[in-house]
Amino acid sequence: MSTSPVLKVEGITKNFGGVRAVDAVSFDIYAGDFLGVIGPNGAGKTTLLNLITGFLKPDAGKIFYQGKNITGWKPHKICELGVARTLQMVRPFYHLPAYKNIIIPLCSPRALKLSGSKYGERDDIALDYLEEVGFERDTAVPYKPAGILPHGYVKRLELARALAMQPELLVLDELFSGMSMSEVASTMFVIEKLREKGITIIMVEHRVKELVRVANRLLLLNFGQKIVEGPPMDVVSSPEAIKAYLGTSEEVEQ
Amino acid sequence: MEQGKKQFRKERIDRGIYARSMDIFAISSWQEIAYLLLPRIVPVILLLAMPLILELSGNTYWAKVMVVLAILGIMSMSWDLLRIAGMFSLGQALFFGLGSYISAAFNHYFHWPIFLTIPAGTLGGALLGTVLLTGTLKLRGIYFAMVTLAFPLLLVRAIQATNFLGGTEGVATDAFPNYWVAAYVSIGALLICFFGFRRLMNSDWGLVARAIGQDDIAVTASGINVFWRKIQVLFIASGAAAFAGTLITHLLMYAGLSSFSLDYSILPVASVVIGGSGNFAGALLGSTILTFATEALRALGPLRIALYAILMVVFALTIREGIFPYIERRYHQFERKVELT
Amino acid sequence: MAGVIIFGLAKSLELALIAIGFSFVFGISGIANFAYGAFYLLGGFLAYIFFTSVGLPYWVAAIVSMIILFVIGALMYRFAVQRIRGAMLSEVIVTMGLGIFIIEMLRATGFIGHNRYLPAFIPGYIEIAGVGIENQRLMIIVIGLLLFLILWAVTRYTRIGLAFRAMSQDELTALSIGLNNNYLAMLSMGIGAVLSVIAALCIIPQGFLTADGAYEVLIYALAVGVLGGLGSTIGIIVGAFILGYAQTITATLFSSQWVMVVTFLAIVLVLLIKPSGIFGKQKELEERV
Repeated sequence: MSTSPVLKVEGITKNFGGVRAVDAVSFDIYAGDFLGVIGPNGAGKTTLLNLITGFLKPDAGKIFYQGKNITGWKPHKICELGVARTLQMVRPFYHLPAYKNIIIPLCSPRALKLSGSKYGERDDIALDYLEEVGFERDTAVPYKPAGILPHGYVKRLELARALAMQPELLVLDELFSGMSMSEVASTMFVIEKLREKGITIIMVEHRVKELVRVANRLLLLNFGQKIVEGPPMDVVSSPEAIKAYLGTSEEVEQ
Repeated sequence: MEQGKKQFRKERIDRGIYARSMDIFAISSWQEIAYLLLPRIVPVILLLAMPLILELSGNTYWAKVMVVLAILGIMSMSWDLLRIAGMFSLGQALFFGLGSYISAAFNHYFHWPIFLTIPAGTLGGALLGTVLLTGTLKLRGIYFAMVTLAFPLLLVRAIQATNFLGGTEGVATDAFPNYWVAAYVSIGALLICFFGFRRLMNSDWGLVARAIGQDDIAVTASGINVFWRKIQVLFIASGAAAFAGTLITHLLMYAGLSSFSLDYSILPVASVVIGGSGNFAGALLGSTILTFATEALRALGPLRIALYAILMVVFALTIREGIFPYIERRYHQFERKVELT
Repeated sequence: MAGVIIFGLAKSLELALIAIGFSFVFGISGIANFAYGAFYLLGGFLAYIFFTSVGLPYWVAAIVSMIILFVIGALMYRFAVQRIRGAMLSEVIVTMGLGIFIIEMLRATGFIGHNRYLPAFIPGYIEIAGVGIENQRLMIIVIGLLLFLILWAVTRYTRIGLAFRAMSQDELTALSIGLNNNYLAMLSMGIGAVLSVIAALCIIPQGFLTADGAYEVLIYALAVGVLGGLGSTIGIIVGAFILGYAQTITATLFSSQWVMVVTFLAIVLVLLIKPSGIFGKQKELEERV
């Protein structure tokens, strides 16, 4: 395990007009880590992910990936370095068949460099990725337009899209929201397999129970600020976490 | 239960070729080959043969119509290409005018022959058009439409103000050597454009372009440089439209402010709305309809534009997919009434 | 110098009058009404017809024209735009198509040459600070300011104005609290049409009633809207002033032919820096992820 962090976030801040969505957040992630990001709604989790993946420019602070300063880089350039994300508001290409949704990331510079595939081969590679996330291969499902797929399938399609870029850092934004228990279990299995391959993962999630079992570190965000960071059980049982989610006993009694 | 009154419902059935599903073609008989191939081959043969047929009718006026058909067809396909990639342009006349003027300039001032001015106009129009619109690519759809609408008008005023390239008078140019060159260069280019664009959009490059048209943020999240891809699409589309502009220059033997007129921006839109967007066959169909309508309705004069505009509106409100998808669907399906039992 | 200030003021309010109708509709219902120039032309044309051929007193002709355009605007929304509401491409195609249809039909009724004009409200001119200025231009300033005052008062102090503001902020929320968005959009289109007629009646007397002028009006409305921010009344005023003075200064220093070029350069510059305009409310790409 290397000693320098894969991702280093230093004091990044983002304002939207008068609202401070992310407030001087700093943390480090090392190779192979699984960082869970939790916090109440509106805490700034998705904004934080947007900042890390380049969809937003921070107003202050720096971000380093594998030692490179990627602050202010455009999203596709960050993807080339090996960062892939899923979008919280899932956006498949509705009119394209599911497997063609995967061909798009296969055409990205990084995927082309790593796999060198040619036109015609990509269909099979796309189907492989879909199978990996749980689409039944020899049925009509991968060929259906993405717009008619049930929500659980769409979320897994989103995951496959991120995987097709062969990332070293995978950023997941509320992947499990809207999934049934069995879908969560099977997808969690996929993510654990990714972990074994050594992929670093950041995961924003509301289902803290699942997260606690697989993550090796947890970060609690509230009002844009980092409240607590550390091993999952410590964070979950910390007084700050309880206060963030449930309020203090005075507030509860009122 | 009503007695003695039969009730029906409409049923749509695909014709008995199950090979059409999932883009897999399994052909097992001459009938199936003909079924699939004829609709594609016949229009191409017709287009190629038309100049011959019309020439035999003894009227060289029809060469002009061939060229106009090619121009409108190429412009429509160029517009459709941009639309598929998510760029809704109301200013195809910009590229058209640029191509027209550039080829005219090379012809008039440097005395280049036609076979040089046409490529020069195409390339120059593509380059200049792309450069001009690069800054606007990040705009949201409606703002992009507004800017493209105003661009040709800007150039018209700039030319008027500076009296550059002939000012309001325009520039005189050579004509095509003869009828055959005019007709076959145009039709040939039309067909190359048609098959070329289709091939392009069926490739993975085209798939990414189509995805950009649907959701450019998701494409960015998939690691692709959307801006650069859009520039490539813009270059190709503007090149095609500029090529059409060079054709008009040598057809009319003149290049002037009229090359930037609103008609050249709107007619392609009307053709595609009528014919159907998404596959370039609709653009071709729509432009054929409009071109022949223009000839047939010559008596109406300037009212024709009003007619096309209202046709465009009617189609946009009712048969939104366009004529071609409708025909295609009816070709592959048939409806029948089935009695409810 | 005094001339530039005064004419600039008149020009700015003229542009503001042109732009407000378009921006109003866009701000409330999100519809870019590309038939705006056609409404402008049609309103002027109807006033002309009622005044000359039918022989009504001018102010009656004006009011009748406004009422008819209100109905046309509302009906156009109800029967054309409402069906394809939300599909931006279709909205533009339909409004643009209808606009072209109207303009070209009117053109065919004989708009050749400059033989049609609308009378000024108060003919003649007066002198201010040594500069002669037509009364009509002064009227534009007065009417423009009055109009903006009325619009501001209506949107701030009436119930319907409140409904409009709600819709312009978030249509779905407005829908969920019981506002009928189709009815409001229909009203807004009608009002937008009336605003275009008012602009036409003020501005056309300075020149002539021409079909090409209709397209230019649309471009100017777009230019001011883009510059200042569509949907924001303050934005329209600011944008109109910037553009108005830029145009007046250009016309004075260079020639009137460069005016359009300057207009356009202004649009492009603003679009490159802040696409939604100076006071624009459209969310930037960043916030849409």
